[in-house]
Amino acid sequence: MAIKDKLSGNEAIAVAMRQIDPDVVAAFPITPSTEVPQYFSQFVANGQVHTEFVAVESEHSAMSACIGAEAAGARTMTATSSQGLALMWEMLYIAASMRLPIVMAVINRALSGPINIHNDHSDSMGARDSGWIQLYCENNQEAYDNLIQAIRIAEHKDVQLPVMVCYDGFITSHAVENIELLEDEKVKEFVGEYKPQYSLLDKDHPISMGPLDMPAYYFEHKRAQAEAMKNAKRVILEVAQEFEKLTGRKYGYFEEYKMEDAEVGIVIMNSTAGTAKFVVNELRKQGIKAGLIKLRVFRPFPFEELGKALSHLKAVAIMDKADSFSTAGGPLFTEVRSAMFDYARDTKAVSYIYGLGGRDVRPDEIMKVYQDLLEIARTGQVKSTFNYLGVRE
Amino acid sequence: MTKERKMNIREDMSWRDMPQGGHIIDAGNAEDFKTGDWRSMRPVWLQDKCKQCLLCWPVCPDMAIPVEEGKRKDFDFDHCKGCGICVEVCPFKAIDFVEEE
Repeated sequence: MAIKDKLSGNEAIAVAMRQIDPDVVAAFPITPSTEVPQYFSQFVANGQVHTEFVAVESEHSAMSACIGAEAAGARTMTATSSQGLALMWEMLYIAASMRLPIVMAVINRALSGPINIHNDHSDSMGARDSGWIQLYCENNQEAYDNLIQAIRIAEHKDVQLPVMVCYDGFITSHAVENIELLEDEKVKEFVGEYKPQYSLLDKDHPISMGPLDMPAYYFEHKRAQAEAMKNAKRVILEVAQEFEKLTGRKYGYFEEYKMEDAEVGIVIMNSTAGTAKFVVNELRKQGIKAGLIKLRVFRPFPFEELGKALSHLKAVAIMDKADSFSTAGGPLFTEVRSAMFDYARDTKAVSYIYGLGGRDVRPDEIMKVYQDLLEIARTGQVKSTFNYLGVRE
Repeated sequence: MTKERKMNIREDMSWRDMPQGGHIIDAGNAEDFKTGDWRSMRPVWLQDKCKQCLLCWPVCPDMAIPVEEGKRKDFDFDHCKGCGICVEVCPFKAIDFVEEE
């Protein structure tokens, strides 16, 4: 029987970490992810886990310690936000390139400056090319579920890549919601025992990790890393199917909400998807064929699947909670639209950048996006491709 | 005696055959890699001036001065990276230092 509880997103993540019982957690507190290592260090102090908790002096050190621990063959986890993730930046690439299956909760928060502790996706979007798998979560339940699945995805022998599980700072991290937890034994059984392929502590099989890679070899190693990301696409679905058998909760690359007969839709990530679903329901009551796609897997990017899922729409809005300052739309927009070029050429696409620095996103604003889409669907004309939503003009 | 090797990484290998993450899953494989091509300066052994004092041999960081039966031979240019320490240490000016062509 699943355990019903009410937890904040950060508590849910800490509980999942307790149930996973990793060998090493190295973390530095930063708002709004602070609670994750805070709760977890209590589990360590209470003897509820066997984890070696490394209290470091910065996030750069946190990720460095994680890399060392994972290379030694320890199942390793951490959590961070915003500037903390930015400070990990160079180590993120090393973790991924050394093929170390570290799992990290990223509690999305705006990047400075100006200093802002509230939610947007500029931190994890900044790390999108670091070679980490990225899963995004609408609510506390998904954060909990994705973290458990992340272990299996990361450690799969065909993947061996680190995974970040991203959810919205304060909105998801601090809001308490009803949640269904798995029993400790079931989580333990699901994640299994970690048997690393290589370990620096295996004295019978000495190994060097992270050596100099001259031009004759570096490219081949990057190609192999790209292949692992490709393999992750298959593994993510396999793990999701197994997780569904255990919990009844279904996961894919993305969730399609009322998309079968939809004529207009939006593509969105994380907690705003909940608000947008409310708007879709309102529109459906008026007989308007609105739909929504909530992207769960941003890395690897489900290029073909997402492109095809949008092909029957007349118009779609791709909503970014981060600006890339490219003047060509947010990071999600450019990739979704690129997929649409191959698979949904007849669907008009527009970009909306919204909610930066924790700006509230209200149903009436999402409603405005759908109204713009309906206008595009009716006229076949796009007046403005690149838009900002909820900013004072 | 040469230890049995688990893996030889070569420049004609596909990315599919390489160990992941650039791991070196074997010890003692430095002999596979020629590091001498970094060199911009090249030591020249002047055999007639050399008194075989062997002061150059212990200072070479790349073990690029082979010694056989107590006598040094010409440089191992596959591994000499042209640091010039041997030139500095030679009391008999028996090593010239010229630009690599």
